[in-house]
Amino acid sequence: MTRLVVVGASLAGLRAVEAARKAGHEGPITLVGDEPHVPYDRPPLSKAYLDEGEPEPTTFREEEHLTGELGVELVLGQGATGLDTERQEVRVGEERVPYDALVVATGARARTLPQAGSLAGVHALRTLDDAVAVRRELDRGVKVVVVGAGFIGSEVASGARKRGLDVTVVEALETPLVRACGEAPGRWIAGLHERHGTRLLCGSGVADLHGSGSDGGGRVEAVELTDGTVLPADLVVAGIGAIPNTEWLEGSGVELENGVVCDATLASSVPGVYAAGDVASWVNPVFDRRQRLEHWTSAAEQGAIAARNALDPANPTAYRTVPYFWSDWYDVRIQFVGTPQADEVLLVDGDPDAGERWVALYRSGDRLVGALTVNGQTEIMKYRGKILKGATWDDALAFADQRKEARAAAATGG
Amino acid sequence: MRICVDMDKCTGLGICESVAPDYFEVGDDGELRVLKQEIAVEDVTELEEAVTSCPTEALWIES
Repeated sequence: MTRLVVVGASLAGLRAVEAARKAGHEGPITLVGDEPHVPYDRPPLSKAYLDEGEPEPTTFREEEHLTGELGVELVLGQGATGLDTERQEVRVGEERVPYDALVVATGARARTLPQAGSLAGVHALRTLDDAVAVRRELDRGVKVVVVGAGFIGSEVASGARKRGLDVTVVEALETPLVRACGEAPGRWIAGLHERHGTRLLCGSGVADLHGSGSDGGGRVEAVELTDGTVLPADLVVAGIGAIPNTEWLEGSGVELENGVVCDATLASSVPGVYAAGDVASWVNPVFDRRQRLEHWTSAAEQGAIAARNALDPANPTAYRTVPYFWSDWYDVRIQFVGTPQADEVLLVDGDPDAGERWVALYRSGDRLVGALTVNGQTEIMKYRGKILKGATWDDALAFADQRKEARAAAATGG
Repeated sequence: MRICVDMDKCTGLGICESVAPDYFEVGDDGELRVLKQEIAVEDVTELEEAVTSCPTEALWIES
């Protein structure tokens, strides 16, 4: 009977296990995870989880459901340390877990500040334990410096502001979010910080962190920037990106380059080995481009497809998607669909400087390839549908006009 | 069969709308509206996909 092993016990890993059972797989399943926790949901950790009061637990399924109903053997609290593709064994410390089909879903880990050393009060935000630690610091009512004006950092800043704390966001680039959204949209979105009382300093990196101890230890007290600015801080949260967890696969024969290199069906270079989630770099047929996404939606969907393909390699399904992510800052919802790699970005509705509702579209050649909305919840998914169907730029612009007119008519009661 | 939404869980992320636009639409206020509740036989797979794609697990199908 085929033995399925899933390495990585987060969203992609959970969905892999669930999809395998749903597809009728009756053989043994082992789920390996380096955290002591059963799979939990991450997006709330940098959002509602940081609010005042008792946080809602974000666990997906109770342990009894996983081991009982789904019949999964859980190996939690220690991560995989190696892979022997010849003998088809995953190494977890001294233990060897044999597989016939393997899904690699080891995700990514938060990049940390090299200057942090052993200073207390310096955190990343990726895991449940990180979120618990950051919450505890916020409860003490502190001066917060967030390093990195990306989505995680900005969500933490907004959570801290909601509590009325003094917050400064430091960004090494001149414009935040350039890679995620492009130059102009990055600037437009970043404007939300100042409007909500968060100080945003762009163009300087962190030179050093100063602590209360004489030996560079103790609690963090200040952040020194490369331009000499010194910012007092009781809490420093770094949101400076993530690194795919592939070290355990080195030397295994699985091709690695910015994650596990996969084809469109999420198959790695080694038969029987598939990848899903933040660790998977695959060719997305929608754009015919290699992508490695760190989004909730793709992790969930890839987990399911990777498991099904691993169990039925003769009939694989390609993973086609129009990437989607969202981020909640202050009382604003930011949503993006598609790819930001574009020849042109055009604002088609709203004014980022005046209001807090706007829509921007992304063009590559004569095609619509992306859409970004701020408080445009009713618009965004219509563009996702259009991108999936390969809509032309002209078609998208006509649609945008039509939406704008309909809104104007509704507003005047016409 | 009917599609059901737990409005306490739903945060209007809209993935269901992109999967099944005939059944769901997020309004300007960010709230999800169910456009039709009875599921046509030919749409069952699509609605099942909408259910599994919901990040807040707010959707389910009632037979």
